Amino acid sequence: MCGVCGCGGGARSDGKGEDTADHHHHDHGHPHSHPHPHSHPHAHDHSHDRDEVTPTRLLRVEQDILAKNNAHAAANRALFSAAGVFSVNLMSSPGAGKTTLLVRTLADLKGRFPAAVIEGDQQTSLDAERIRATGTPALQVNTGTGCHLDALMVTRAVGRLGLVADSVLFIENVGNLVCPAGFDLGEARRVVVLSTTEGEDKPLKYPNMIAAADLLVVNKVDLLPHLVFDVNRLVDYAHRIKPGLEVIELSAATGLGLDRWYRWLEAGIAVARQNREHEQA
Amino acid sequence: MHELALSQGIVDLVCQQAAADGARRVRRVRIAVGVLSSVEPDAIEFCFDVVSRGTLAEGARLEIARPPGRARCVPCDAVVTVAGRDQPCPLCSERRWVLVGGDDLRVLELEVE
Repeated sequence: MCGVCGCGGGARSDGKGEDTADHHHHDHGHPHSHPHPHSHPHAHDHSHDRDEVTPTRLLRVEQDILAKNNAHAAANRALFSAAGVFSVNLMSSPGAGKTTLLVRTLADLKGRFPAAVIEGDQQTSLDAERIRATGTPALQVNTGTGCHLDALMVTRAVGRLGLVADSVLFIENVGNLVCPAGFDLGEARRVVVLSTTEGEDKPLKYPNMIAAADLLVVNKVDLLPHLVFDVNRLVDYAHRIKPGLEVIELSAATGLGLDRWYRWLEAGIAVARQNREHEQA
Repeated sequence: MHELALSQGIVDLVCQQAAADGARRVRRVRIAVGVLSSVEPDAIEFCFDVVSRGTLAEGARLEIARPPGRARCVPCDAVVTVAGRDQPCPLCSERRWVLVGGDDLRVLELEVE
């Protein structure tokens, strides 16, 4: 129905039923414009028959999209296992303290067992330099625009770095709580570092990362007196995602709680060595 | 944007299968992106278009199935559907289950010519 005079579309005032044909034009004072560019249908001389007559066939595939990465990860795992290397994939958001934790760990445990580090960052070799300053071999992998390390990057890094028997290999992933969770690197253990300067709700916001973790490290607990942060709530959230997930609270800056972290590492190193000896026996 | 890497994986897999079948062109690709996978389907779609350029899969229609989260609940000894990793079992309200599906990323089928 015309919104101005009520003609057309509705019941006629004379009661003769629907009026759809008698719409008229109203004069008004402004020109009409097209507010946006648009295309108009056009005539063309080719036919669209090709799509209809070309025979197609269906191929059943049923393959994991990550199969290629998983194959490289399996190869890495075999390599680590044969050398008795305990490999740890460290993941966190940027600034949670992965590198600080590593630097402190390598300094404290120097001489106890051989160690090496693969550092993943989009740019710079700053982290590898920090690690090398402790006397530990480190290789920087720059992912460019990539947001995570993948198994092939680790294969190549290990090729350049070399593996030392019965050692620990730390793989510090790109700071990111999303993407690294999906990529198996062939590591023995995945450690997620969350810090007290982040929100307690991080486990709920990034559930896939927590689900992928074997250990949750809560870093910067020395700052708790200055923060509104409930560690128990963080742990409760993490356990909602992964019941029974092991948690170690520590401060890489002050050393608080590091003894538990070192015991965890030494247990892993011992198991890797035993497995190697068992395989070789 | 790990979706770019994943899309590259999809296109590699698709082209490999299509070439092995002697296909001239891939018309349609059907993949599964589990609801509980850490993957954004819209980003996959965007990246697929970019990555497939100049390959057998260029111009192929991408269909994305979204299988729901499936978990085996320990107390119930039953497989249930879960909406999130923090969600309790809909039968017993406990969060004591192990994920058995819905975090998967798979190429399901291709239509080729």
